[in-house]
Amino acid sequence: MALAFDEYGRPFIIIKEQGQKARLRGLDAQKANISAGKAVARILRTSLGPKGMDKMLQSPDGDVVITNDGATILEQMDVDNQIAKLMVELSRSQDYEIGDGTTGVVVLAGALLEQAEKLLERGIHPIRISEGYEMASKLSVEHLESISQKFEFSVTNIEPLVQTCMTTLSSKIVNRCKRALAEIAVKAVLAVADLERKDVNLELIKVEGKVGGKLEDTELIYGILVDKDMSHPQMPKRIEDANIAILTCPFEPPKPKTKHKIDIDTVEKFQTLRQQEQNYFDDMVQKCKDVGATLVICQWGFDDEANHLLMHRNLPAVRWVGGVELELIAIATGGRIVPRFQELTTEKLGKAGLVREKSFGTTKDRMLYIEHCANSRAVTIFIRGGNKMMIEETKRSLHDALCVARNLIRNNSIVYGGGSAEISCSIAVEAAADRYPGVEQYAIRSFAEALDSIPMALAENSGLPPIDTLTAVKSQQIKEGNPYCGIDCNDVGTNNMREQNVFETLIGKQQQILLATQVVKMILKIDDVITPAEY
Amino acid sequence: MAAARLLKDEATEEKGDRARMASFIGAMAIADLVKTTLGPKGMDKILQSTGRGRNVTVTNDGATILKSLHIDNPAAKVLVDISKVQDDEVGDGTTSVVVLAGELLREAEKLVNQKIHPMTIIAGYRMAAECARNALLLKAKDNKQDPDKFKSDLMKIAMTTLSSKILSQDKEHFAKLAVDAVLRLKGSTNLESIQIIKKAGGSLKDSFLDEGFILDKKIGIGQPKHIENAKILVANTAMDTDKVKIYGARVRVDSMAKVAEIEGAEKEKMKQKVQKIIAHGINCFVNRQLIYNFPEELFADAGILAIEHADFDGIERLALVTGGEIASTFDNPESVKLGHCKLIEEIMIGEDKLIHFSGVEMGQACTVVLRGASSHVLDEAERSLHDALCVLSQTVNDSRVLLGGGWPEMVMAKEVDELARKTPGKKSHAIEAFSRSLQAIPTIIADNAGLDSAELISQLRAEHHKDTTNAGIDIISGGVGDMDKLGISEAFKVKQAVLLSATEAAEMILRVDEIITCAPRRREDRM
Repeated sequence: MALAFDEYGRPFIIIKEQGQKARLRGLDAQKANISAGKAVARILRTSLGPKGMDKMLQSPDGDVVITNDGATILEQMDVDNQIAKLMVELSRSQDYEIGDGTTGVVVLAGALLEQAEKLLERGIHPIRISEGYEMASKLSVEHLESISQKFEFSVTNIEPLVQTCMTTLSSKIVNRCKRALAEIAVKAVLAVADLERKDVNLELIKVEGKVGGKLEDTELIYGILVDKDMSHPQMPKRIEDANIAILTCPFEPPKPKTKHKIDIDTVEKFQTLRQQEQNYFDDMVQKCKDVGATLVICQWGFDDEANHLLMHRNLPAVRWVGGVELELIAIATGGRIVPRFQELTTEKLGKAGLVREKSFGTTKDRMLYIEHCANSRAVTIFIRGGNKMMIEETKRSLHDALCVARNLIRNNSIVYGGGSAEISCSIAVEAAADRYPGVEQYAIRSFAEALDSIPMALAENSGLPPIDTLTAVKSQQIKEGNPYCGIDCNDVGTNNMREQNVFETLIGKQQQILLATQVVKMILKIDDVITPAEY
Repeated sequence: MAAARLLKDEATEEKGDRARMASFIGAMAIADLVKTTLGPKGMDKILQSTGRGRNVTVTNDGATILKSLHIDNPAAKVLVDISKVQDDEVGDGTTSVVVLAGELLREAEKLVNQKIHPMTIIAGYRMAAECARNALLLKAKDNKQDPDKFKSDLMKIAMTTLSSKILSQDKEHFAKLAVDAVLRLKGSTNLESIQIIKKAGGSLKDSFLDEGFILDKKIGIGQPKHIENAKILVANTAMDTDKVKIYGARVRVDSMAKVAEIEGAEKEKMKQKVQKIIAHGINCFVNRQLIYNFPEELFADAGILAIEHADFDGIERLALVTGGEIASTFDNPESVKLGHCKLIEEIMIGEDKLIHFSGVEMGQACTVVLRGASSHVLDEAERSLHDALCVLSQTVNDSRVLLGGGWPEMVMAKEVDELARKTPGKKSHAIEAFSRSLQAIPTIIADNAGLDSAELISQLRAEHHKDTTNAGIDIISGGVGDMDKLGISEAFKVKQAVLLSATEAAEMILRVDEIITCAPRRREDRM
């Protein structure tokens, strides 16, 4: 490290404790970063596609997660390397934005980095490489637009949506009953979708899981499921045409937030206080009863006496319901959340056709179903499965499927899966490369090669000879001018993805390419890595 | 900087074959651990806890064994998890499910070594599991229509379940006990209303089912020990000092006289409360919380039996049994539902005095009193009885019944074998392997009983190739016997759950090709 000296011959200290810090500069830094990025991509590569394998992750607390969802794997991996963290961010942002294709985006970024390394070795400046990549990504996004198709569906014809969700689910462990789950996901999304505005609020879909039973028992409930039971064991377990009071105030004596003291110094005061206390509970219950509520759902706990009074007055109640659930219940039943007993009015009550308690298995587990709500815009997907890990994985898979369905409602353009879109882009980019003068041409060509790596990984994971398969499909695409040829992962016998009904959303694919390019550009721009010494 | 370090310091990463090997070995080790407890002649395990006291548990219940183990291998954790779920869901078959999953993985390992891709194996296993389930569905018998036959089915299932447990000596006695208890539930699966009281002393044979309800409490001094036509108020209220609940209230006085006054007022308040309770016209009062001496005395004066500090489950059960409601306020006595029973008396079991409620209104709840030589025997007896009760209550809902003694496994194996022959492609190897794993279960049962398993299984297989057969392993005589005649039955629901969850778990472990273990979280040094 070069040292600067001032006029007295003392060294300048530019970075604090500079001697103890590791520093990588120039090409070395880029190479180290690239190899870290590639290492992350390598881990995910085997999880790509319908025949991809799972990863088993043990968290710091000893819990086991088994998944093949890219975002989850990276999140749980607890990486330490900065560049690896960038890749984690990458898959997370794909997860937030699109919800699906989290593995693909990392694999693509890894491939782009691999190609960049070769170019760097040839002495091409990293900025030129990233500019070339940028052009190429623009090209491929445009190309995707041109090969995409509009996808007609309506509330009555949900088949196309189901097919797309099935493509997403087929790479997960739940593919045994992908048909049923895809239908559930589509129905759930349609139930909450605003087709006019083309918007879906996924928060209205609650995904609840309970260990036990089998995957086939998973069901869609047009209503809300709360993992709670009635506050008093002897309250009715089934209420029809319920008027629900949704409260965020406890059935307890008031606790003013300001500090205060009530001094009892005479017997009279003691008596009045006691009297008040008794009236207090009576009042609370009476108020609920007066407005015509037949069910009370409360965010807080109940005092024993209040609990009995409720039971006594034939007013079933549920306590300790979480805030999110409370909101959902309010949306579903069309009720208002009431923060004070004084503000309770008949208009603020929610309505539900049926509220019932259901118990499971041999343990004391009970859940509360709130169904036939006034506003059926909130739905719950209730997952059953053999064990906890299975449920967690199903939740993640369903989340992906829900996101895909939502994306289709937002924008009904699709491209075909099975690597066909990537191959088609690769051909287009390759052809366009020759038109660009200058060093960028090399970068663009490399980009085309990197795109090939996705179908290659698909073929590899499916046990097909990767190079043979890829070249065959590529030549077929060019010869027939058919951009729908992809890798036949499931051994169906045709590689026309249109016939196999393998779709992906256009925005998902475009986002993948854009995000991957962006991250790679960022990584290439780094030429100095300063790490603090181990402490 | 050749290979960038991605993970944190102590994290480990295992890939490909190594990862697969690690998970196979872990899972098989767990399966082998519980293998010897399978079947009527299975052996028990002693578990010693690491906590204070080094408590010892003797058990042959798979779920209990696995629950107590501290396991580090992630694949093994999957197996522990399925056995726990099996326990929650159907209550029995916790050992079988782990053993079956272990056998499936053992066969899968062989196939992987023959270079068959795990995904192909999974596809084969799935087909096989589906086929096996259909075979079971076809063979299951449903006797719900015929109450007598149904009861005898339940009896058989209970005896089969109990025969592998410590209670096998008196299985008939306990089977009857369990069936009676479950039938009283009338179809609900809420086992909470069956209370099990354990009292050391006597022998297991002295255990009995009581129609009424027994509360493990003593009657207060000076209160009646014998009440006929009791009216019971079940309550959950503070009977010590009824404190003012309004926040921030406190007593602040300036003279001794005032203290006495307030104390008097407090006493008066309690007295009024007791008066109100007495005004219900009751002669028995059961409270979940403490009752102090003063109110207790008042109750005694009024000739009311007051029982304090019954636990929450006890209160719920008592309310259920006597048909009363759990009260916390006592202002309107006319609308509170009181519980009734014909007779309350103090009884003696062994050395202990208990309160016995008999002639109760709702027959749903009942109490089982277990007697036994030591607390270990009692604990194990409770677990066994719990298993039997779980299975029975599930069977009441899903009344399909299968024969036992390895019969269902052989039926499934036969069907799966046929499927393997019809299926082209590499999958057929996996399907065949599935059938071998199924046959491993009767093999282990025979091995554990010290029988010649190879001979027995081949006989059994030959027997099963005839069209209809009831052949299974007869452990008692050590040969192949007619399971229908021997009265060995199992619940369909249990077998189905074993089959499905074992396949699911095996599939999950097979799909893994990389294990990443994060660095264990450091405990902060609080010391």
